[in-house]
Amino acid sequence: MLRIACAMLVVRGMSPFLLGLLLSVLAAGAAAAGQKEGQDASYVWKVLTLQSHNARLVILSTTLLGGASGMLGTFLLLRRRSLLGDALSHATYPGVGLAFVVMLLLGGEGKWLPGLLLGAACTGVIGVLLVLAIRNTTRIKDDAAMGIVLGVFFGVGVALMKLVSDLPGADAAGLNDFIYGSAASLVFADFLLILGITVVAGLLSVLLLKEFTLLCFDESFAASQGWPTLALDLAMLGLVTAVTVVGLQAVGLVLIIAFLIIPATAARFWTHDLRRMLWLAALLGGLSGWVGAGLSALFADLPTGAVIVLVAAFLFLVSLLAGSARGVVPRALRQGRLQRKVGRQHLLRAIYEILEGQHPDVSAPIRNLPIAQDALLAHRSWSLPQVSRLLRTARSEDHLEEAGKGKVRLSEAGFGEAARVTRNHRLWELYLIRYADIAPSHVDRDADLVEHVLDAEVVHQLESELRDRRSSLEVPPSPHFINQPGEALDHGKAEP
Amino acid sequence: MNWDSYDTWTTVIGALCAVSCALPGCFLLLRGMSMMGDAISHAVLPGLALAFLVTQSRTSVAMFVGAALVGLMTAVFTQWLSRFGKVDRGAAMGIVFTTLFAIGLILIRQSAHFVDLDPGCVLYGSLEVSVLDSVVVGGLELPRAVLTIGAVMTVNFLFITFLFKELRICSFDPELATTLGINANVVHYLLMVVVAVTVVAAFEAVGSIIVISMLIVPPATAFLLTNSLPVMLVLSAALGVAAAFLGHLGALTVPVLLDVRGTVTSGMMAAAAGMLFVVAWMFSPREGLLVRRLQKLPISTGGSSAMD
Repeated sequence: MLRIACAMLVVRGMSPFLLGLLLSVLAAGAAAAGQKEGQDASYVWKVLTLQSHNARLVILSTTLLGGASGMLGTFLLLRRRSLLGDALSHATYPGVGLAFVVMLLLGGEGKWLPGLLLGAACTGVIGVLLVLAIRNTTRIKDDAAMGIVLGVFFGVGVALMKLVSDLPGADAAGLNDFIYGSAASLVFADFLLILGITVVAGLLSVLLLKEFTLLCFDESFAASQGWPTLALDLAMLGLVTAVTVVGLQAVGLVLIIAFLIIPATAARFWTHDLRRMLWLAALLGGLSGWVGAGLSALFADLPTGAVIVLVAAFLFLVSLLAGSARGVVPRALRQGRLQRKVGRQHLLRAIYEILEGQHPDVSAPIRNLPIAQDALLAHRSWSLPQVSRLLRTARSEDHLEEAGKGKVRLSEAGFGEAARVTRNHRLWELYLIRYADIAPSHVDRDADLVEHVLDAEVVHQLESELRDRRSSLEVPPSPHFINQPGEALDHGKAEP
Repeated sequence: MNWDSYDTWTTVIGALCAVSCALPGCFLLLRGMSMMGDAISHAVLPGLALAFLVTQSRTSVAMFVGAALVGLMTAVFTQWLSRFGKVDRGAAMGIVFTTLFAIGLILIRQSAHFVDLDPGCVLYGSLEVSVLDSVVVGGLELPRAVLTIGAVMTVNFLFITFLFKELRICSFDPELATTLGINANVVHYLLMVVVAVTVVAAFEAVGSIIVISMLIVPPATAFLLTNSLPVMLVLSAALGVAAAFLGHLGALTVPVLLDVRGTVTSGMMAAAAGMLFVVAWMFSPREGLLVRRLQKLPISTGGSSAMD
């Protein structure tokens, strides 16, 4: 009963409910954790609701970044470029060194943050362009192209950093930490930058949603319709670059890679609809930023980025298991249900065909008599455990009742269902024989594949197609020979 | 510029690393798993931290085993996510390595109260340092890294020689491999073990930069130059050696030109590998941009005007 309730919940698209449940579990965990540290629940609430001044900037920034990169990550995921964030963040490395040198040569101070970020963005963009160029002009695939750019740019960056650090008059110490910062060192200016970039990125992805969708699903169709695919691709990657660079500076390298991948992949489990997926990815990214940063504000010695990644990973795990569209559990349930349905229909049809066999007189209506289980075993290539399992299920569904030792009988409902199932099977067989030119002796197996998914509308169509049949309400006679127990086995050759 | 035995050993270690990475890298490239090296380089952190917490010592054997196991786990989890969860392979890899890295960071931060474990120091050796750490074998003074990386390279070479047929079939057509009675899964995981061991051993000796770039760049360069897998393997090894040599040459000359003290050899080797890739990209006889441009030119201008 519980299992069915769960299945209903998951499959009927009650994802908001599950998400709410998840949220309260997380909040409860945070509260419990806070109490262990000797802080009361109201403090936890204060941190999570941004009333604590210290945590406010960090939580807001990570939430914004999580939301924006969740959205952009959706496009990356659908274009199978999830690791681009990885390549991009390594490709920014030489840019920092170059910007440092250029600013020194211009007589300024080397460690001017906006300049360094601009440099990082420049080599980031160059890296992305190279990935595109390699992919478009050689037979090397996206993933290797990203790997090449990542490896070479990172190497060049490391070499360059060392070169730069020895320049006369330069104080390059801590340049790395300066640019690949951690969330704890955020200041108000950083927050404003993040706010600006994420809002612009979010707005543009909403405005260009139609174009980006087209690009994600069918790039060549977009090109054939005259869309500027390259420019659109560049716009998309430009947005990703902008978010990556501000994210790198604010929250560090691994977190921004995780933000671009995990929320989008988690959202994919809940829906097949791109719009919903975008919102859900933004929601999941923002949620992990909010909860993760809140949690790490409660524990002084937990690194913010790592906690956020773990919260996102937890949300991903839940989505992987329970996601209503592609989650592992709902998929297994759907598959199991289909298998039970197929088994039930096969059993009912087998019984019906046996009952038919006991009635040589075709014109007389078929009577519901008890049949032996052995007859069922002989009728299809079932093993004994298979048959007993099918019979057990049929009994629990009230399609079948006991009728003495080793015998079963269809209930009234079961008899009606058996007639309906057999009729669907025969209608489809007749259709295949008439319109698909399949030999009557071969049609049984083909019909088997399709009969379970015939809905009422298709059955109605079949009825009208085959109208000149004697009757559209009765079960038509089988178009092929059905092997009945007790008859000579060599007749069975008619049916493979 | 004067070249002494220090420079020779630097080049030899770099070349050995490049070859050990390039050989399995060819198969990673063909399987679309080129980012595995980068993923493993981040993911081994919890393995190192756990090995340290369990053994309470910083011996390199425990660290090596911990890192290699987590490296292998990265591959296994990635495979599970993409098979059972139907997640895109790249995304699966990204999720696994960021999560493992986060766990590692937290483990290290938690244990930092009673020990000092600097991830940068434990995880990544450096080429410049490992050349100086020498041992005497049979009266000959060798850097220790030559022995470890040499051993890894030998293992990789033997692995690819003995399982060449299986690796080839599994890379190009796993279904055919299965029908021929080769367990494609076993071959896949064996390759992943080899990659994890290579990556971790090379990290410990010379740092992550050489590994990440040499796993991908020489195989990709060779991929542009040939259509035959054996040729690609030999070519990528040769390109790796060339990148090591050119890289060290660059590390010696470039700082002199710019009048600064020095640079990082492994970074320059990655840069050299990148340069070789660009050359192949432009001038490859099959795939090069130049050849493609030439192929697009009309065969004879007079002929085409006559057609008008």
